[in-house]
Amino acid sequence: MTLNNEVMQSIIKRYPRSRSAIMPLLHYVQSVYGYVTNEGIEKISEILDIETAEVSAVATFYTQYKRKPVGEYHVGVCTNTLCAVMGGDAIFSALKDHLDIENDGVTADGKVSLEHIECNAACDYAPVVMANWEFYDNQTVESAKALVDGARAGNPPAPTRGPNRLVTYKEASAVLAGLDDGLAREGLQAGEPTLLGLKLSKEGK
Amino acid sequence: MSKLTPVLSAHWDEKDSFTIEAYTRHGGYTASKKALAMDPDAVIQLVKDSGLRGRGGAGFPTGMKWGFIPQGDDKDHYLVVNADESEPGTCKDTPLLMANPHVLIEGCIIACHAIRAKRAFIYIRGEVTHVVRRVNAAIVDAYKAGHLGNGIDVTLHIGAGAYICGEETALLDSLEGFRGQPRLRPPFPAIAGLYARPTVVNNVESISSVPAIINNGAEWYQSMGTEKSKGATLYSLSGHVNNPGQFEAPLGITLREILELAGGVRTGHRLKFWTPGGSSTPLFTDAHLDTPLDYEGVAAAGSMLGTKALQIFDETTCVVRAVLRWTEFYKHESCGKCTPCREGTWWLVQILRDLENGTGTEADLEKLLDLCDNIMGRSFCALGDGATSPITSSIKYFRDEYIAHLTNGACPFDPVKSTLFTGAVN
Repeated sequence: MTLNNEVMQSIIKRYPRSRSAIMPLLHYVQSVYGYVTNEGIEKISEILDIETAEVSAVATFYTQYKRKPVGEYHVGVCTNTLCAVMGGDAIFSALKDHLDIENDGVTADGKVSLEHIECNAACDYAPVVMANWEFYDNQTVESAKALVDGARAGNPPAPTRGPNRLVTYKEASAVLAGLDDGLAREGLQAGEPTLLGLKLSKEGK
Repeated sequence: MSKLTPVLSAHWDEKDSFTIEAYTRHGGYTASKKALAMDPDAVIQLVKDSGLRGRGGAGFPTGMKWGFIPQGDDKDHYLVVNADESEPGTCKDTPLLMANPHVLIEGCIIACHAIRAKRAFIYIRGEVTHVVRRVNAAIVDAYKAGHLGNGIDVTLHIGAGAYICGEETALLDSLEGFRGQPRLRPPFPAIAGLYARPTVVNNVESISSVPAIINNGAEWYQSMGTEKSKGATLYSLSGHVNNPGQFEAPLGITLREILELAGGVRTGHRLKFWTPGGSSTPLFTDAHLDTPLDYEGVAAAGSMLGTKALQIFDETTCVVRAVLRWTEFYKHESCGKCTPCREGTWWLVQILRDLENGTGTEADLEKLLDLCDNIMGRSFCALGDGATSPITSSIKYFRDEYIAHLTNGACPFDPVKSTLFTGAVN
């Protein structure tokens, strides 16, 4: 796959000033190559008429832009305080052992990469694991191992709050570039913790 | 009668709650129709009268913020919605947008009309793929239904993993296509915001609260909450509790009341410390169970209401470990622009690591407090200030526990006991 000029122009057209498109364009580059390549940086620089150094400056500031390939399934374990305390540290440590990789590592088959992440706004579902930035709520060491084993076998379990199947890293990156993949209607509208207060209020509590 | 007042969350339990069909079924897009027929100044006045305050942490009155936008200046105006929810513990906007993105879009239409803006941007964090899908689909459906595109446009902008972009001026720099670093103020965004144009930056929950205020009136909103903290809000309970989740309640409810609803602290354990509004708000202990959770009540007790992210930790949790981890987060997320924050957070982490490992000294505690004193209030934004909150408050309430690490020569806690899945309940 190569970068499509029309797609890039459609992204630029969303904004009153073209430079604002730099972030979705970087997500788009990741959707094509799986990470931010030099080729991608050059293309963005050319299309936005700014220096490659300016594009690199942005690409290296934000942690979701990867300057080297990640796995087809990029797994993030929340190890911010609350998730860490409730089991995130144990899950992260177990996955490193299980996959025999370190933080920011990729398995030799290129299937799974692992990263410890910061708070992902799902604390009422702690401990939280993300795969390609889809929610895997209320994880245990066992469920997280099952997730990565499934991913390596090409058959990962579906997210707990997300579409019916786990999309690949490239496919997720296209969504983050603002491109529609038609999956918005799939999956739950809310999990149990989200609905707890509403449920109690209906019970008159 | 229930202590809870679901307004934003009222229909989240319907399977299709995120669709335009469901939203319209429950009166969606009637408020924007009503507001668009009103004089913009009357909309601002109504929101001022309601007493709505910013739900992103600072609590600034929303209507007053809108009123700061210069009128008749022939410049483009912008509304920017801050959906970069990243403050540790905060988890309200993300489920809101997953369950009902249309309420935010309707709020955008009303706010744009009030501040005479033709364009709104929603800046959402990039680590929530499915929420991005839902918001994107909602925007498409709102255009198809003619709610957008008739003088008001909404554009979704997706971030890429930087906590600092939740700070409003860093968010604006990021939206303009730069590294997300805070700007010196003044000028404030109301005068020179996005593309140096008058801009209102509001949190998701603030804007989403507006349609109900338009439909039900300022008096209705005023009837909930306390004297200076009006209305209802989403409290997010997480951590060592039997039933974590979202609780939409009038401002001023207490943690004791919420814990009673949630079945209490994890069975067999007791409350040790908690945050009232995310990790940047000074810690509370079991002495604060009855503190009214409104802007004034929490401030009077020495913390901040923040994002109402109630993170609960029981007695199995080492406070030094918790604070170290938060500090590592601030160090990682410091954008590097201001020296006190960039350098200071690194120093804080080094000293806290020694303390947690039991290799520090008692003098390190004074050094930590001195460093905090030299970080607090000395940078462009509040990230560095937030980094000091867990440290100073934990030393205030748990100095003995820091000392115990030193006398013990190691952390005296077993981290396994605080996890949920070891079966090690006692």
